[in-house]
Amino acid sequence: MNTTVQPPAATRPDPILTPDAAFFWEGAKRGELLAQRCADCGDLQHPPRPMCPKCHSVRREQVRLSGRGEVYSWIIPRHPAPIGFAEPPVVALIRLDEGIRLVSNLVGVVPGEIRNGVRVQVEFEPTVGGYAVPVFRPVAS
Amino acid sequence: MAERDGRHAAIAGIGQTAFSKKDERSELQLAAEAAAAALLDAGVTAAEVDGMITYTLDPTDEIGMIRCLGVEDLAFTTRLPGGGAAAASTLHQAMAAVVSGVCDVVLVWRSINQGASYRYGRPQAAGTWLPGGGTGSLLWCMPFGAQAPATWAALASQRYMETYGVTNRDLAPLSVVQRKYAAANPAALFFGKPITTADHQQSKWIVEPVLRLLDCCQENAGAVALVITTVERARALRQPPVRIVAAAQSIPFNVEVISNYYHDDLTVMPEALGTARRLYEQSGLRPRDIQTAQLYDAFTPQVLMQLEAFGFCGRGEAKDFVAGGNLELTGLLPVNTHGGLIGEAYIHGMNTIAEGVRQVRGTAVNQVRGVEHVLVSSGMAGAILGRV
Repeated sequence: MNTTVQPPAATRPDPILTPDAAFFWEGAKRGELLAQRCADCGDLQHPPRPMCPKCHSVRREQVRLSGRGEVYSWIIPRHPAPIGFAEPPVVALIRLDEGIRLVSNLVGVVPGEIRNGVRVQVEFEPTVGGYAVPVFRPVAS
Repeated sequence: MAERDGRHAAIAGIGQTAFSKKDERSELQLAAEAAAAALLDAGVTAAEVDGMITYTLDPTDEIGMIRCLGVEDLAFTTRLPGGGAAAASTLHQAMAAVVSGVCDVVLVWRSINQGASYRYGRPQAAGTWLPGGGTGSLLWCMPFGAQAPATWAALASQRYMETYGVTNRDLAPLSVVQRKYAAANPAALFFGKPITTADHQQSKWIVEPVLRLLDCCQENAGAVALVITTVERARALRQPPVRIVAAAQSIPFNVEVISNYYHDDLTVMPEALGTARRLYEQSGLRPRDIQTAQLYDAFTPQVLMQLEAFGFCGRGEAKDFVAGGNLELTGLLPVNTHGGLIGEAYIHGMNTIAEGVRQVRGTAVNQVRGVEHVLVSSGMAGAILGRV
């Protein structure tokens, strides 16, 4: 008898991959939180773009981030129900310790206890088509 | 750009269709009917139109409008980026065009029929993403369940609200006063339907803890059009000219439309601050010189942040400014006196401008007394309107 518990199939929508940002989602698929850094002046940028706004270099590199940061803002979309979610997710802006912000989800939280400034750590959740996205869980500060 | 060789710009005509929840007419028909009404209001013929301006997300097309109206030869067209954020940019562009002499009579319009085509309030499918909308919302928000405009906007507003202790309850008086204006406005979708604070607080959550149903504009159909020409020419036309005293746009670094998450301080609107700075510099006016403001209000928190950006109150003070009754006809600054996008109709900010024109003419249903100057704003652009 097979007693292995299969995780429920992922229903979360896939990201849209564009030429300048595909690396972010490919990284997430491997369990890495990446950001773009200018290979000439070192400026860290999100969302990714094909040219550095500081020095106009088009040489970019992808750097792995700590995955640590804090909640910068948060909301719960109640109506209409988001596509691909059994329960409305907590959508949050995360300010990463490296200084950039990104849109994500908070997991493992009780809605009444969410506050901006709460320390969080990245983890990854699968999407319906086999990609993954970074989500964040509170950690003891 | 407000003046060159004695040329100034004026709004000479306004026109609109009926606003409704559902309309069988095509968006092009709605646009053409509003445009014909605006031309009639101004007293100019279609043959005199030599400029056309609308903005992204409008599904109609300049060639179609030329064909419907019988325009003979366009010298100038522009389609502005940013959706509703560009509504007031149309005045800026029209002013620049007629003051520079590029063209003489500009037709501006916005047509919308959300029952028939793109429904903004529904979760957006991934395949709908196209570049050029001024927003990264679909690219960076979709997989996280942020899939509609209310959600995108609320995520930025929450930072402002938590920072200044603004709760959803604080948004109620704004929604209530706008619905009071709408209730008296026969053109409004909510004509004869005022609400109470309790109605607001009992309406369902759209995006917790920021927006309830009665904080949001709604899907609807209709069109609004404007005719802009020189003050000199407008003087000879049918209506008293409404002068564009100043008009400006501002798109600062790292600002996005609606998914505005990446600029330095989310408790301010840098684009509205930039617009305000340019408008006051151009006109030499100050906030106290404005008697009424028509502010883009797809969602209520946007009004609070614009009140602060345009200097009608200090940072973080908008909730108290609103609670103090200042937006009422008897207050310091009546706001969105047609009912706003929330109360009159969501014609993507173009009906906001039409109300500014009526306030200067003295023909508004909820007329403010002693109007010298009206501010109209779509967040990323604005104008100050006044008498000639």
